[in-house]
Amino acid sequence: MSEIVAASVSILFHGLAFAMVLYLVSVGLSVTMGLMGFVNLAHGVFAALGGYIATSLMTQMGVGFAPAVAAGVVTAMVVSVPLERLLYRRLYGADELAQVLLTVGLVFMSVAAGKFLWGPLAQPFHPPAALSGQIELGTREFPTYRSFLIVAGAVLVTALWLGLERTRFGAQIRAAVDNRRMAQSVGINTSGLFTAAFALGSGLAALGGALGAEILAIEPAYALEHLIYFLIVVSVGGLGSIRGPFFAALLLGVADTGFKYLLPEFGAFFIYALTLVVLLWRPRGLFGYA
Amino acid sequence: MTAEAATHVTAASVVDAFARRHRFHWAEALPWIVAIGAFFVFPDYLALGAQILATILFGLSLDLILGYAGIVTLGHAACFGTGAYVAGLLAAHGWGEPVSGLLIAALAAALVGFVSGAVVLRTQGLTLLMLTLVVATMLYEAANKANTITGGADGLSGMDVWPVLGFHFDLYGQTAYWYCLVTLFLCWLIARCIVHSPFGRSLTGIRENERRMHAIGSPVFWRRLTIYTIAAALAGISGALISQTTQFVGLGVLSFDRSGAILIMLILGGVGWLYGAFIGVPLYMIMQDRFAAVDPVYWYFWIGLILVLVVVFAPSGAYGLGDRLARALRRRA
Amino acid sequence: MRKMEIIAPALAGAALAGLAAAPASAQTVKIGVIGTFSGPTEQQGEMLERGLQLYYKTHQNDLPKGVKIQLIERDDTGANPEVAKRLAQELVTRDHVQLLTGFVWSPNFMSVAPVATQGKIPAISLNAAATKAVQMSPYMVRVSFTLPQQAYPLGTWAAKKGYKRAYTAVSDYAPGHEAEEAFSKAFKAAGGQVIGQLVFPAPPTTPDFAPFLQKIKDAKPDLVYIFVPAGGQATAVMKTSVDLDYKGSNIALISTQDLVPDEEIANMGDAIIGLITAGTYTSDSPRPANKAFVAAWDKEYPGSKLRPDFESADAYSGMKMIFEFVSKTHGKFTGDEAMDFFKHWKDPDSPRGPIMVDPNTRDILQNVYMRRMEKQNGKAVDVEFETIGMVNSLGQVVSSK
Repeated sequence: MSEIVAASVSILFHGLAFAMVLYLVSVGLSVTMGLMGFVNLAHGVFAALGGYIATSLMTQMGVGFAPAVAAGVVTAMVVSVPLERLLYRRLYGADELAQVLLTVGLVFMSVAAGKFLWGPLAQPFHPPAALSGQIELGTREFPTYRSFLIVAGAVLVTALWLGLERTRFGAQIRAAVDNRRMAQSVGINTSGLFTAAFALGSGLAALGGALGAEILAIEPAYALEHLIYFLIVVSVGGLGSIRGPFFAALLLGVADTGFKYLLPEFGAFFIYALTLVVLLWRPRGLFGYA
Repeated sequence: MTAEAATHVTAASVVDAFARRHRFHWAEALPWIVAIGAFFVFPDYLALGAQILATILFGLSLDLILGYAGIVTLGHAACFGTGAYVAGLLAAHGWGEPVSGLLIAALAAALVGFVSGAVVLRTQGLTLLMLTLVVATMLYEAANKANTITGGADGLSGMDVWPVLGFHFDLYGQTAYWYCLVTLFLCWLIARCIVHSPFGRSLTGIRENERRMHAIGSPVFWRRLTIYTIAAALAGISGALISQTTQFVGLGVLSFDRSGAILIMLILGGVGWLYGAFIGVPLYMIMQDRFAAVDPVYWYFWIGLILVLVVVFAPSGAYGLGDRLARALRRRA
Repeated sequence: MRKMEIIAPALAGAALAGLAAAPASAQTVKIGVIGTFSGPTEQQGEMLERGLQLYYKTHQNDLPKGVKIQLIERDDTGANPEVAKRLAQELVTRDHVQLLTGFVWSPNFMSVAPVATQGKIPAISLNAAATKAVQMSPYMVRVSFTLPQQAYPLGTWAAKKGYKRAYTAVSDYAPGHEAEEAFSKAFKAAGGQVIGQLVFPAPPTTPDFAPFLQKIKDAKPDLVYIFVPAGGQATAVMKTSVDLDYKGSNIALISTQDLVPDEEIANMGDAIIGLITAGTYTSDSPRPANKAFVAAWDKEYPGSKLRPDFESADAYSGMKMIFEFVSKTHGKFTGDEAMDFFKHWKDPDSPRGPIMVDPNTRDILQNVYMRRMEKQNGKAVDVEFETIGMVNSLGQVVSSK
């Protein structure tokens, strides 16, 4: 019995940490797809960028953890603005295929760029001493960094939700997702809103990428390798929703960890089967909008 | 001048226009002439040539569902890989007859297409895209785990493919080249027939305006499922061709990479005019072969850049470019 | 007239003698190298490539006059058997190579078997380790290693050391499965108990090792046998074991040499001090032949952070075998003659110690060493503390020392 409890605690713990990372990276994608109707398969590139900047600052230049992560986030946000204004903007409302092609092209270029700038191997990530080692919670020991991930994730998620509910910016986003034309006709500058939302989403992805570098290794093919997980979180959560992907990420994170723990022979098969079932039951996602 | 003569449109001329569409235009012989010529001009590149021909068939099958029925799929490799593994398993376990292997592979792939289509074609948009992706990935994982049957990550080896019509599959790839060429030709004929038939026209209708098709009583779901199954069979044949001519099946035949690559190749050539694959596939594969020889590391960068440029400047792929060129030439004349 | 009757034949004879003594016309032996030069596993390909090139560049003068070796390198981009097979086909039919070598990945090596057989072209594995691979064609031979070769003696050693409850965790592909099977068999035969086993997702994906290692920790073994492909994954595993405090929970890690590839040791920090592995090569070995090899490496690749590892040493020896054969035959040989030579080749003084090819299996026979990571002068050094003896590809000890 105690073995089952121990196993459940292990699964929940690691699953939760994984879910936080998935959520941080994917929430921006949900907003982009719901708000701009743009299939952005290159979203993972911003997560990788944040991870690359943060890890190289930490290992090669000895920069501290917090400033390195912040630098990663800022870089991603800065890069995202011209990308959105010059390239993505042309394809709003265009054929899905064209969007797929464009973003896949960008992903390919990012794979080569990552390889060129940082080499083919996964980037080493050494959390600061304060966040390393183990921490005792009750009768068990847990890795400190993963505990930090869970706590930081929870704080960020709360801040995000509050921001969406309580700020004007959040209200504008919600309005534009619900009904873009109406939002435009009441004077909301949707064009600027899109850029801002895109930058925010990219920044969050970079944060997820940098914080989660231990769980989702930062390597050149990052955006391609984990694309399917990000897409699952977004489609199961519901496009345009902020809450939906959170529960989807929880489900995916815990289930994936659980299956790895209990049935590793089957690999990710059950995750995909689960996704299939959920999407057939709720095609618009758990919290999807029309 | 009577009104009739002035407008030039009579019942007879409309019927004539529809009938003419089926007829073979002289330009349609070009790809085959090029392919036959390539056999003599590039005798050292026949292995690559055979793989290109088989992949063209794969692209053609995707064109049927994407270009004609408007179903966007990220998981077409599921049917391709099924065909590859079935043909591979047959040859590895004693039944190496190639043509029957092709047909059995086609049937297996059609079954996968039918079952998965019945489930996912009820959805649309992003959900459909995700579900096609998920189905293909599930098959990938299953093949990976069933490594006693499929060889898993090590691949399926030990295939013994018997001679086709008395021709041994030789080291130079001559037999493989003709085998793939003839198969592609026959399948292309089938695809062409479908596309020009009333059934094919109804698919275009479904793609353009589904509601209207429902309104006129067209069985939309069944039409889509039918073309999905047919395309699955063709994809299965192309997978079987690859595995029979290379005598090896790796997990990559079921991968997301494979689905993504064929989508890109088709889009490069232009979707929905039946020849997109004939242009996009050789273009992509030859570029890949040449770039890989020169600068394997940065192949990804160049292909990515080309894709971005194509989308920005030539969104309809080669077809769009060709169309614009043709129009420009006509204006000059 | 008389003089001509003497002179002419004499001249003719001299001319003939001269022709016979003249060296054979310039012979270039083309060798196809199928390596991994791009993709996520590029670093392993680079380690192999460097070892190969090192011998090639430094022994040009060993070849007889007029004989040259030309290396034609192609990129398989990773574990892609279809690509490898096509490359092999092209190398044989288009470039007319006489030998095929390289092969970082076992699936790639296995896929070229029909090409080797049909073309009668020897294929020499400088790394690919799956045991069944060499049996797939009479024209295949291996100079590197197999997993059972190291894992079986390791299992026996571990049980004798007193470990009772072992857990195995390996990557999900042929070398991984072979390693697990060999270790478990030996461990159980020597009195130990294998309490559980799991597989990591197949390479080249780098998974998050934490859930797996957590599961193992929860099962409370006293020993964990881990196998992952050499490279970044090894570092990730070591780091995760530290995060989960394996040492504090009295769980010992043990592995074959893939867990301590020389080029990654600097990245692993102190986590690996004390780690015991069974292996065939470490760049820290004080053997004179190795010292010479490492010195040549440093000279050829000055300032490089990549230390030579087992892939480099194996590729180096493989090139040596090829060079010796080409020199002996002046570059003129058939595939069968080549295989005959390779099957009986030996090098008593390689950087790895004595190595030889087993003529019955065409696989490599070599010393297996028990090594321990120790800290010497602030650096992590792999110390060979015990020699198991000459072990064959199935893990059986055939002779001691």
